[in-house]
Formats: sequence, C-alpha cells, structure tokens
Amino acid sequence: MDMDASSLSNGMGVENELHVLAVDDSLIDRRLVEKLLKNSSFKVTTAENGLRALEFLGLGDDQKNNLKTTGSKVNLIITDYCMPGMTGYDLLKKIKESNALKEVPVVIVSSENIPTRINKCLEEGAQQFMLKPLKQSDVKQLRCQLMT
Amino acid sequence: MEMCQMRVQAFEYKQSLFREGTLDAQFTQLQQLQDESNPDFVAEVVSLFFEDSEKILNDLTRALEQKCIDFKKIDANVHQLKGSSSSVGAQKVKNACITFRNCCEEQNIEGCFTCLQLVKQEYLLVKNKLETLLRMEQQILAAGGAVPMIE
Repeated sequence: MDMDASSLSNGMGVENELHVLAVDDSLIDRRLVEKLLKNSSFKVTTAENGLRALEFLGLGDDQKNNLKTTGSKVNLIITDYCMPGMTGYDLLKKIKESNALKEVPVVIVSSENIPTRINKCLEEGAQQFMLKPLKQSDVKQLRCQLMT
Repeated sequence: MEMCQMRVQAFEYKQSLFREGTLDAQFTQLQQLQDESNPDFVAEVVSLFFEDSEKILNDLTRALEQKCIDFKKIDANVHQLKGSSSSVGAQKVKNACITFRNCCEEQNIEGCFTCLQLVKQEYLLVKNKLETLLRMEQQILAAGGAVPMIE
C-alpha cells in the first residue's frame, strides 16, 4: 500500500491540518502557491491584498472594536513583499503588533533579492524570506519547520 | 501517428524550447504540479498568463502614447509582467522585462519604446510555442499516453 503525504495527513484528522494564509496580488502566483501548499498537505486560504488578509485574520478596521477574536486560526502566513497599497512588510508589522496574532510565523516572498529589504523584514519579526518563484522543496522545508 | 512518435516529437520540441532559452526550469516545476486532482493545471496557469500579459501589454502601449509619460506606472506594469512570466518559466519575456525596467529607471523614452516592442515580440513567440507544446501534450494524454518530462 502506498503511504503518501496526503493519506498520512488524512489519518491525522482535519483539526490537525496546518492552515496557511497566502497573500499575493498576482492571480497566477496565488494559484501557484496554493497548489504547492496543497501538495504539501496544507489547508490554504488566499488573499489578494493586505486588507483582505487582515479581515480574514480578524484584524480588519471594522473588527477592531470587537473584543472577541473573530478571525480564523492560521498556522502560517506567506505574503508577497511587493503589493500595491499595503506591502508585505506593512502587513507583517500589523500582524506583529497584534497580541492575537504576533506568534503566527510570517514568511515574506519576493522576486527580488535585496539585502536591505530582507534584513528589514527579518528585523520586524519575519520567520523567513524566500525568493519567488517558490519551489516544492521550499514548501516542504516550511512544513518541516512548522512541525518541529 | 504512433504514441511513441508523438512522445518523441513532444519531448524534442520541449527540449528545443529549453535549449533556446524560451522556457526555463520554472516551467518544469509547473508541469510537476499537475496531477489527477488538477489535470488542467498547466493549461489553466498558462491561460492566466496569456490574459494577464495581453492586458498589461495594452496598458503599456497606451501609457507610452501619453503626452506625459508616467514612468512609475510603466515600471509597475513591467514589474508585474516580469513576475508572471517568471512564474510560468517564460524566460525570454522575463529577461526583456528586466531590460525594460532599466529603461524606466533611466527615464529613457526611446529605450522604453524599443523594449516594449521586444517584450511584445517575445510574448508572441512564447505564446505560440506554448500553445503548440500544450496541444502536442494534450494529444498524447487524450490517446492515453504520459507526457514526457525533462528532468
């Protein structure tokens, strides 16, 4: 009998499934990252910009006065750096400023390898910085890191 | 045509696209993502790339026709096209975008016009070739065969 990753995770049950929020303004990149993540047995939600991401996480402007956290639980946030309006860096800051969400690891992805950009993100608390386009091996590595 | 012949033809065609630099390793990544749960994944992503590119190329053409050229806006559009071409493995389009961005940075109008022509050219070439390749591979799959992969 073949035991592949997906059958193993099904054995773990839905509540043990790791949930990732992937944020990117490019539809193509959202589609790609979603497939890569699903192939590594993650549950995936995608958002096309920082505002939508914050809404999903329960940090939207109209949710701020709501004392109960209405956001869905995620185990990892992957966000593109270059996005119009709120950048990945801005989103990272908002997440780290939130008591409810600051423990959630945030991975920043970018097509550009700019050391000052990378350092800025790491200093703000990003778990990791990765270069686009992401590969299956990058996602597998992320999964391993989350599991430990 | 026999299955064996079809597969050899598709393999050699795909190989030539890699050799000439039209496609890069990212395209292989894309093909490896396709499986039974997403049998049209490559076609879907490639189709999104075509739609996205055509819209951006139209926007760029219009932007360069303006009296007052908005280099920032043009650069943002080229950045987007660079990203999507990189994501599907369309290497020559990506490289043409990199050159285009340099012209934007220098605010070089002549250079931008030339670059736009070059990007359009490379885009039309890769569109044609991808359509041909995917058609060949679709025929193989329809006949019950497996698509030959390049490692």
